[in-house]
Amino acid sequence: MQKFLAKRAVSSAISLIFLIIAVFFLSRLTGDPTDLYLPVDASQAARDQFREIHGLNDPLIVQFGRYVWDLVHLNFGESIRRAEPALPVVLQAFGWTFRLALITMAIVTVAAITLGALAAFRVGGIFDRIATFFSLIGASAPDFWIAIVAIVVFAVGLGWVPTSGVGGPQYWILPVAVLFIRPFGLILQVVRGSMINALGSAYVKTARAKGVAPKKTIFVHALRNAMLPVITVMGDQAAALLNGAVVVETIFGFPGVGKLMIDSILNRDFTVVLAAIMVTALAIFIMNILIDFAYAILDPRIRY
Amino acid sequence: MSNTRTPATSVKAETPEPGKARKMLQLLLADKTATIAAIFLIVIIVCAILGPLLLDQLATRQNLRGRNAPPFDLTRSFFWVLGGDQLGRPLLARIIVAAGNTMAVATGAVIASMTIGSALGLVAGYSRGKLGDIVPRIADVIMSFPSLLLAVIVLYMLEPSVSNIVIVLAITRIPVYLRTTRAEVLEVRERMFVQAAIVMGASHLRIIFRHILPVILPTLLTIAALDFAFVMLAESSLSFLGIGIQPPEITWGLMVSQGRPYLTSAWWLSFWPGLVIILTTLSLNLLSNWMRVALDPTQRWRLEIGGKKNG
Amino acid sequence: MADQLLQVRNLSVTFQTARGPVHAVQNVSWQIDRGEVLAILGESGSGKSVSASAVMDLIDCPPGEITSGEIFYEGRDLLTMSRAKRRAINGKKIAMIFQDPLAHLNPVYTVGWQIEETMVIHGTSAAEAKAETINLLRKVGIPNPEDSAQKYPHQFSGGQRQRLMIAMALALKPDVLIADEPTTALDVTVQAQILQLLEELQKETGMALLIITHDLGVVAEIAHRVVVMNHGEIVEQGSAREIYANPQHPYTKRLISCAPGQGEIHDKVSETEPLLKVREAKKLYGAFEALSGTSFDLHEGETLAIVGESGSGKSTTARILLRLEESSGGTALYKGKDLFAITPKEMFAIRRDIQMVFQDPTQSLNPRMTVYELISEAWAIHPEILPKAQWKARVATLLEQVGLQSEHVHRYPHQFSGGQRQRIAIARALALEPRIIVCDEAVSALDVQVQGQVIALLDRLKAEYGLSYIFIAHDLPVVRDFADRVIVMQGGRIVEQGPVRQIFDFPRETYTRNLLAASLDPDPEVQARRRAERRAKEAV
Repeated sequence: MQKFLAKRAVSSAISLIFLIIAVFFLSRLTGDPTDLYLPVDASQAARDQFREIHGLNDPLIVQFGRYVWDLVHLNFGESIRRAEPALPVVLQAFGWTFRLALITMAIVTVAAITLGALAAFRVGGIFDRIATFFSLIGASAPDFWIAIVAIVVFAVGLGWVPTSGVGGPQYWILPVAVLFIRPFGLILQVVRGSMINALGSAYVKTARAKGVAPKKTIFVHALRNAMLPVITVMGDQAAALLNGAVVVETIFGFPGVGKLMIDSILNRDFTVVLAAIMVTALAIFIMNILIDFAYAILDPRIRY
Repeated sequence: MSNTRTPATSVKAETPEPGKARKMLQLLLADKTATIAAIFLIVIIVCAILGPLLLDQLATRQNLRGRNAPPFDLTRSFFWVLGGDQLGRPLLARIIVAAGNTMAVATGAVIASMTIGSALGLVAGYSRGKLGDIVPRIADVIMSFPSLLLAVIVLYMLEPSVSNIVIVLAITRIPVYLRTTRAEVLEVRERMFVQAAIVMGASHLRIIFRHILPVILPTLLTIAALDFAFVMLAESSLSFLGIGIQPPEITWGLMVSQGRPYLTSAWWLSFWPGLVIILTTLSLNLLSNWMRVALDPTQRWRLEIGGKKNG
Repeated sequence: MADQLLQVRNLSVTFQTARGPVHAVQNVSWQIDRGEVLAILGESGSGKSVSASAVMDLIDCPPGEITSGEIFYEGRDLLTMSRAKRRAINGKKIAMIFQDPLAHLNPVYTVGWQIEETMVIHGTSAAEAKAETINLLRKVGIPNPEDSAQKYPHQFSGGQRQRLMIAMALALKPDVLIADEPTTALDVTVQAQILQLLEELQKETGMALLIITHDLGVVAEIAHRVVVMNHGEIVEQGSAREIYANPQHPYTKRLISCAPGQGEIHDKVSETEPLLKVREAKKLYGAFEALSGTSFDLHEGETLAIVGESGSGKSTTARILLRLEESSGGTALYKGKDLFAITPKEMFAIRRDIQMVFQDPTQSLNPRMTVYELISEAWAIHPEILPKAQWKARVATLLEQVGLQSEHVHRYPHQFSGGQRQRIAIARALALEPRIIVCDEAVSALDVQVQGQVIALLDRLKAEYGLSYIFIAHDLPVVRDFADRVIVMQGGRIVEQGPVRQIFDFPRETYTRNLLAASLDPDPEVQARRRAERRAKEAV
């Protein structure tokens, strides 16, 4: 198992390194970094000063070394707009996104697995129809449109929940509900397919021949096997939530990392953009390792 | 292959072709929802091709009297049936014209990512050397990039033109095809009929294009239909956030975004383009579901026995 | 009537399929009593497993439906019982084991847990179940029972997995054990051990044992009575000896006459210069030696059989000869060229001469190509054989030669039966006009009757085309009927080689003798004699 985890960790780490290289060179090769880092209306003197301070006149490789060195020390520089270190700003926003993703994923996991297992047990039954409906909606609906329609209906029209911002539980309802749809539909689909396979498998036949009750057959014999492909998709979806809540956060005025990123882009605050990407990538890196760990726990064929 | 056939045999060998097309049409008609989806998509495609040519004038001319005109107002012409936008342009005409950009971006991105992704996947799956180990890493790297963020940052640094958006979206979708193709090739390569072809002395090109590709193509097409919907949504999101297609060009996502300030006073500005997005992606998903069954010889009977639920 | 332990009466089961309803079994009746071993014998598609599935409540509705009949267990009709009551009988009173134990064991739980579960759900306390599991594992011959209970199914060998299944099934000392093709995927020596174990356990517990099989040898070895099924109906039943010695129904007669291993032994020994000389062929997979220096000759016009169990290196030999894999050493001289060393270009020229027929024709024919495309591909690759104008005529000739209708050129492989598909594969090999055809388990996947037909076809083609065969097989009776010379392999080495009569009638090596002894004869008398000999030996 150590070998498996080590291999996966190394491959994730390689990806992370590629990301760092790519971001650095993209930001250097697409033009003068001062254009990226400084506001559009910065004076020529400020630009020269910026170049001097950040050593932009040094050879590219020296710049890259310094950039990596700074990254290792978690030094992302200062947010130009806010005039404070970028990292705390990003971390605070990331905390919000993380909570949002965690709550959503928790609800999605429980709902998708239960409903998916029940749908697979009676193909064509009522649960199966619900599952098909949601997976279609999840794959077809643009979340920004759902979000604004939800605001019009539930916040403006009915006045049940606030339109945007943060605060008590009522502020979380709409963002979570909108974010819920896509991963729920996708994971439901995978759980269902995987459960149908598992329920049709030979070992479930054995369990039935042993006299195991249906409930135990589904949730003990089939589900654990069926979870293996599900975990992979759950990882992908969780990653998508960590980085892709951009739209929903923007619409609901939720102070997460996605909104921070868009705001920073519109304000040309590149240090913050960069820090946000790094923090998100690191979080996904850690999550991938956890996913692999879960995989190894569930499947003894990986452990031995 | 066709050049290896004699004229006499090519007639015989070719005759099943129109039969195949008819067969597929029958299979399509057997699934009512898929038929409706296909018809809707054909309408959208016609709009995307002809719309910008015929209605461009109508869709861009501002008309202050028609500002936020409500839908279903029968006193105006047909193109005003869905109402007017904030600058008094008929929404229906704009939606039809916007279909052009929306479809162009999605088509471009899907074709590019499918071609590059499956070519890389073929190489990765077929070659037994180092290449087979290295190429999948590309997919890992791209996958570990937060894809929307990648798009955001690239469009931040480059200018958000149609071609750049296509490139960005194509790159983020390459892994899907790369991984699927590779996994399928790895499996098909070991099948006995490929071994049989090797024993006969078939060249690599013949094995890839005659024996492996036809077997995995249905899977790729099914994914492509699904991915088309995904790319459309991604483009819409980018446009909605203001970092995708820039005005005066229009796409459906951009229209939703432009209507947002008027949500409470003129809901139709955002509602109609959003609805078209949903219907299009829904159709693509339904069609993809149908393809998954119709293109798989072992599943096809579900359609042939007619009308039954295929789950 | 009612004193029988398990009785199936007039059972009919229908399955809904794409091509309309299929009557899987019709009016099937059989019974089994304590202490009895009953075999249900049938080929694929005969419906032999269906009644057992009905007994175990494993038929799902849809697609299956029991349209008529009763199943009495101890005088009560199982089919009218509640699901819960049937579950209480499953595993406790009637247990079942299957073919392919790896798929039938849950991969994510330890084998100990899975055996305990059988007991726990039927009311044994957890601690008791744990202790009993160790006993059971010891009883079925699993080494280190305490450690083994903590392991997962994939950590055992095929034979051991079937032992685990047996341990699980016997945990609660059931009255009836149903074994569905329990030894089909196993090597002959392992098959013999498993059948012996089943017999011992049956004698010890006095349970009823129902064996479902396609193999007359298994019937001969273990069954007291046999039920013969064909197309969903019982054609004949009676004692195993009676049925073999005096079959009444034409189907049974045919089946018994087709059983391999009763034909003339070929006594022809070719003295010509060898066509192919293999010397010290080696194949390594990392540190593992799959093939460690095998040497043999293939003469013109002979059938050389390579026999051995899984892992013996027999298929590896074929694969390196055809350059499907690269050898790790040695030479293979054909027409003065070393097949292991020549460039791909030289190999391309030789490919024409050496063709292969694979085990499973369903997989060896590209499902998206028509018969015409499949066969003519040979000439597309080697255009010098035949000008395009003659392809069509030649395909038709080839199809007729292998016994297929030439009108079927535009059909796809899935429109043919298994035996017909193998004929297509043979026609494809012939298209290149080869001198050597390597048959890798070419008849193993086929039903006995079809097997006989394909062997006869191969024999005829050999004479017509002057072919030489390398015939790789694990099934000794088939080899006995077909081969001229035999090579016996074990663990990557040649144990013994010689003319077929010498190997079968006067084997020199112990391994060869064991292999022959383990292979089952379709005659119950012969098997009874062998059993007696075995027991005598064990007693000593």
